[in-house]
Amino acid sequence: MAYPHAHPREARVLSKHFGEKDAIPIDGWIERGGYKALDKALAASPDDITQIVKDSGLRGRGGAGFPTGLKWSFMPKDGGKPNYLACNADESEPGTFKDREIMRWTPHQLIEGCIISSYAIRAKHAYIYIRGEFVDVVRILNQAVVEAYERGYLGKNIKGSGYDLDLTVHLGAGAYIAGEETGLLNSLEGRRAEPRIKPPFPAQRGAFGMPTTVNNVETLAAVPHIVLNGADWYRQWGTSKSPGTKLFSCCGHLQRPGNYEVPLDFNLRDLVFDLCGGPPKGRQLLALIPGGSSVPIMTADEIDCDVSYEGIEAAGSMLGSGGLIAMDDSTCMVRAVRRMVEFYAHESCGQCTNCREGTSWLAKILRRIERGQGREEDLPLLLDIGANMAGKTICPLSDSAAVPVVSAIQKFGREFEAHIQDGRCTAVN
Amino acid sequence: MNETSPVLNVTIDGIQVSVPKGATILEAAERVGVVIPRYCYHPGLSAPAVCRMCLVEVDGAPKPLPSCVQQVQDGMVVHTASAEARKARRAAVEFLLVNHPLDCPICDAAGQCELQDYAFETGQLRTRNIEPKAVLGRDKLTPDILYFADRCVLCTRCVRFMDEIAQEPVLQVIQRGHKGYIDTMTDELFEHPFSMNIVDVCPVGALVNEDFLFKPRAWDLDQTPSICPGCSQGCNVLLGTKENRVLRAKPRPNNEVNSYWMCDHGRQALVNWGAGDRIEVPMIRESGRLAPTDWPQALAALSRTLEARPAGARAIVSAGASNESLYIARKLADKVGFKGGVFRVETGPEAGLPGFPKLRLRAERAPNVRGAELLGFRRSADVLEAIRGHKGVLIVLEDALIDAPEDFGVELEMFIYVGTHMSPAARRADIILPSTTFAEAEGSFTNVEGRVQRFAQALHPPGLARPLWLTGSTALAGLGAGAVYRTAAAAFDALVGEFGEFQGLSYAKLGLGGASVAEAESSAANVS
Repeated sequence: MAYPHAHPREARVLSKHFGEKDAIPIDGWIERGGYKALDKALAASPDDITQIVKDSGLRGRGGAGFPTGLKWSFMPKDGGKPNYLACNADESEPGTFKDREIMRWTPHQLIEGCIISSYAIRAKHAYIYIRGEFVDVVRILNQAVVEAYERGYLGKNIKGSGYDLDLTVHLGAGAYIAGEETGLLNSLEGRRAEPRIKPPFPAQRGAFGMPTTVNNVETLAAVPHIVLNGADWYRQWGTSKSPGTKLFSCCGHLQRPGNYEVPLDFNLRDLVFDLCGGPPKGRQLLALIPGGSSVPIMTADEIDCDVSYEGIEAAGSMLGSGGLIAMDDSTCMVRAVRRMVEFYAHESCGQCTNCREGTSWLAKILRRIERGQGREEDLPLLLDIGANMAGKTICPLSDSAAVPVVSAIQKFGREFEAHIQDGRCTAVN
Repeated sequence: MNETSPVLNVTIDGIQVSVPKGATILEAAERVGVVIPRYCYHPGLSAPAVCRMCLVEVDGAPKPLPSCVQQVQDGMVVHTASAEARKARRAAVEFLLVNHPLDCPICDAAGQCELQDYAFETGQLRTRNIEPKAVLGRDKLTPDILYFADRCVLCTRCVRFMDEIAQEPVLQVIQRGHKGYIDTMTDELFEHPFSMNIVDVCPVGALVNEDFLFKPRAWDLDQTPSICPGCSQGCNVLLGTKENRVLRAKPRPNNEVNSYWMCDHGRQALVNWGAGDRIEVPMIRESGRLAPTDWPQALAALSRTLEARPAGARAIVSAGASNESLYIARKLADKVGFKGGVFRVETGPEAGLPGFPKLRLRAERAPNVRGAELLGFRRSADVLEAIRGHKGVLIVLEDALIDAPEDFGVELEMFIYVGTHMSPAARRADIILPSTTFAEAEGSFTNVEGRVQRFAQALHPPGLARPLWLTGSTALAGLGAGAVYRTAAAAFDALVGEFGEFQGLSYAKLGLGGASVAEAESSAANVS
């Protein structure tokens, strides 16, 4: 059996070599066609590369889905200040574990993507800001960087092209908020990972005050494939608004959890029931979070949609990071939401009042409801706190904390009411 | 506003205002008298836009915008009191109160607390929060500053003061989220000559001055604009007084002098200024003994002295006396024949504030060095040496001469002592006139840069003590030399007429912000 489960309905582009130990060292990677895209890219102009990526319709895989080529085009071309690329490898969204696997199995896929992308945005230095807890992955990635330097893919005059690039792997120190792009930049500079006010956007003033593009690991890993095979090739998958393939980190109550790479027009219900095998035997799917804990919870009835950005949005949630969390009917929804909110309360940087106080207040109320001391007025209160937290802060963490609470009360209100009325969970069976 | 700079038009709560490019909504609103509530914003510091208190509704914007950082765009229509803006503000106050202890009755900031004000303003009589509040405790940050973490709203004004103005970033938010608090990175207390400003910038009662803690309630204090006499910088201050005592001094904003800041030395000096036994009644020497008397008698004795004498008059004055009193001291000496006057200046270590370089704790620890110079007095390292051999009249103004020898004044024809405190040398005077400290009478000082600044009367002088500009001018007027100056304004305006360096100024024109004298050489360079 291939890594850890493979399914014939997958479209394995990024994950093609997951599970192959030989793909990790640079020789194995080159044997598998690695660094061919880089040769092709270096022969073209930076703007041509940006155009190809624009044409491919690649959208940011970190959660926001911003068009990658467009983001690159915001970078200044005059060379007045040094441009930087920052790869966001601080994968911390609950339920998401795709970037970790890309770096663990195919570190050179990411490095090649970083080099090509740096070339496209005229950066001479790229940073990979990686989550500090990924100890084994860091070791693999550092080894790969050393190899790339030894083979002349990094450093001065890469492969005789005259293009120079240094790549630094920088470890985070354990904060979810460092995955927010401006929080990441502050952390990279050695400050507290507190998100910055935008504008100015990173392309104007990013790392160390210089123009910077921040891209997710999965986004950058897709770039070599697009450059090598062309925009049309990439558009064979997905929808016109969401082309390509996407890794879904599927976890929770599933028979075959794991990373699955599917085209973005794949059916969400099929992903859950066919690829992942659905909930354990004898259980019913209760709820699904399709894109990491920051997106609205869906009921089992809502998942007949495709997994494109617009498809999931039409169904009432968001694609987010692709961290799919399935919950079957053994789940206490109050407990699940309380657990998620506690995460956000723990991870709020505490800059903004609404987030700092709101997250912990939500958690306290949910804890009280869970232990059977809820009041009738708690549900409207939770909804109003959620409304006061959303859209009022510098970064979206506050919104993210409010989303599971608000969506769960809206869709699973009866479970909360049962908790309040009976003083205990009656939903779990 | 410069006519060539681009002007943007903005409508705030229906009021049109034109502002220069780069102005924020909050600044534009202040121009038309709309005060947008804020915690993290402080005009002397950068704006992090974290308190979310100043959110306003802007037509066309998808969500409320932080007015402290949002720059005005032409044609912008802003609502600071719309339902959406009010809801956002209510939310911020409610969130801040979730963990804020309502210990206002024992909190030093009660009565001057922005959280208290806005909680009342948003009308949140009852809380929706029934959860237990977080308890984070308290800590000492400097030997004099106590930090109540529970009360802290994490606006980071103190952090930014140390970072941006003091440029010694010793303070930091420790931990994160609802567990966050302000502290240094070490277990040790920190010390900084401008540390007390972090207490001033704190919008709530999280940072408090231990010297002031639990003493008066803020609303019991009378506030009087004054000038710090601690050094020659002339920081604009507000004196907080109660029961005829100065209990604290807070900086009064003046961008030409001290911005929003002042040093710890000045605060300390202000509170202790004039401590000790005061001279409360005039005294004159009768048959070799000093006897208390009343003002008519004392001034009559003074008038008798004021006649032209061949040996003339010399003066030892204080650089802590007001321009007006120094002027009258000079006039008294002139009446006899001015043979020169000196003053001494105590010095101490300097301290700078890199984020506002104009402000320094100056080495010259006296407020009116330039004023004394401009009125014809000379700085001297040894004032006693400077008058050695003088046999005429000696006028001493507010220098207690504590270093004078026991037989001081034996050679003098007449020794007139005008001062606040008694000393062995003062006891040898022929006439003693009780005078006032800077807090007890109005007047003006001329600071190190030649800026003349007014201070108001904050305290009642003890007993019969009166400023020399009043008493001296009364005596002089009786002799036909000038009028009786019943106000410092009258004395100052007369001074302007006689001393060219002050030309163009008037007491009224000084206002509360002060005005500069024409450039004149300072003697600072001539004294070792």
